[in-house]
Amino acid sequence: MSESVRVAIVGGSGYTGGELYRLLLFHPHVQVAQITSERFAGKLVAKAHPNLRQATKQKFISVNELAACDVLFLCLPHGEAAKNWDRYAGLAPRVIDLSADFRLRDEADYRFYYHNNHPRPDLLADFVYGIPELHRDQIREARRVACAGCNATATILGLLPLYRAGVVLPQNTVVEVKVGSSEAGNRANDGSHHPERANCLRSFSPTGHRHVAEINHALSFDQKASVHFSATAVDMVRGALATSHVFLNQALTEKDIWKIYREAYADEPFLRIVKERDGLYRYPEPKLLAGTNYCDVGFEKDPTSDRVVVISAIDNLMKGSAGQAVQALNLMLGFEETTALEFPGLHPV
Amino acid sequence: MTTTATVLECVVCGGDVELEGGTLQGELIDCADCGSELEVASVAPFTLREAPQEAEDWGQ
Repeated sequence: MSESVRVAIVGGSGYTGGELYRLLLFHPHVQVAQITSERFAGKLVAKAHPNLRQATKQKFISVNELAACDVLFLCLPHGEAAKNWDRYAGLAPRVIDLSADFRLRDEADYRFYYHNNHPRPDLLADFVYGIPELHRDQIREARRVACAGCNATATILGLLPLYRAGVVLPQNTVVEVKVGSSEAGNRANDGSHHPERANCLRSFSPTGHRHVAEINHALSFDQKASVHFSATAVDMVRGALATSHVFLNQALTEKDIWKIYREAYADEPFLRIVKERDGLYRYPEPKLLAGTNYCDVGFEKDPTSDRVVVISAIDNLMKGSAGQAVQALNLMLGFEETTALEFPGLHPV
Repeated sequence: MTTTATVLECVVCGGDVELEGGTLQGELIDCADCGSELEVASVAPFTLREAPQEAEDWGQ
């Protein structure tokens, strides 16, 4: 494609909007025609995202000034995209939503996990769930994509090979995710005040986390999956680490498990199996993934039982959100899947 | 002169490990998949074993 694709970002002053803008600013086939923020309308984008000083002179506009474009990215607080869908739907033939509004197929699941009736249940079937490792072919053909939740992404990508291979008890898996503070967005509250948030190991969702529904849906193949999920906020800014305790339904060796993961992920550009016997980082470490679109996955079979511990790590703002959205864009428009996502991370960091 | 490569299975993870024809007994090879250090135990035929590791406290 010789001409740039014109895209717009709605809700660009938040962390995911800023990360998305950073990626698209250096995408060789994309022009960010518009980026909206009601709070920052008329101000330079770098006012909200100081890492982009001198990289752009673009200013935020109000959502009321949005014009038609080729692809519309919605980076709004949960609930806003669905409530105002009619305002956005006619602006672009392709929409990528980074919120939770269109991730679930089942209206009852939405009501249970989000404690509200879905404002537009008629749209749920129109969206493709945005994890390429699950739905690459459907994303290529999609007009609407719903990016997955960050904790869900880390969990699903860790467990997908074992669930797809049918070698686990699908309702016995226990998942604990540790997440950084950026997952909570850029609006302050009493709990995010530094003296309260610093040095925390805050168990904020021992049960009932919103991402459970999408995890179970994604991992249900021949049998219905039902994971037992908890989330803990830890003292870092970016990153999510999922530690999943999986129970095998058959005798497997570590080599067998290696084979399952190798076959699942050998051709995936952003999935790496990290399981080494020596070195500094023997298992996935979110710190090393800051700013990258990788998901690192490791595992260890308990030699005394049928338990396998799966460890998966991502940058929640990248593979867990904006990076996933750009990967989906590349697939939808026929670009090389890794375009604008090649950054390998920093070390030390 | 060209030498023929032999592909063996990593004894730790089962991944492919390629040995050049001139590889000597006792050489140490890293598995590209799992990072394990492997020792060439014999050359006719080629066999591998996991290289001895020093016991290490990872510090946590």
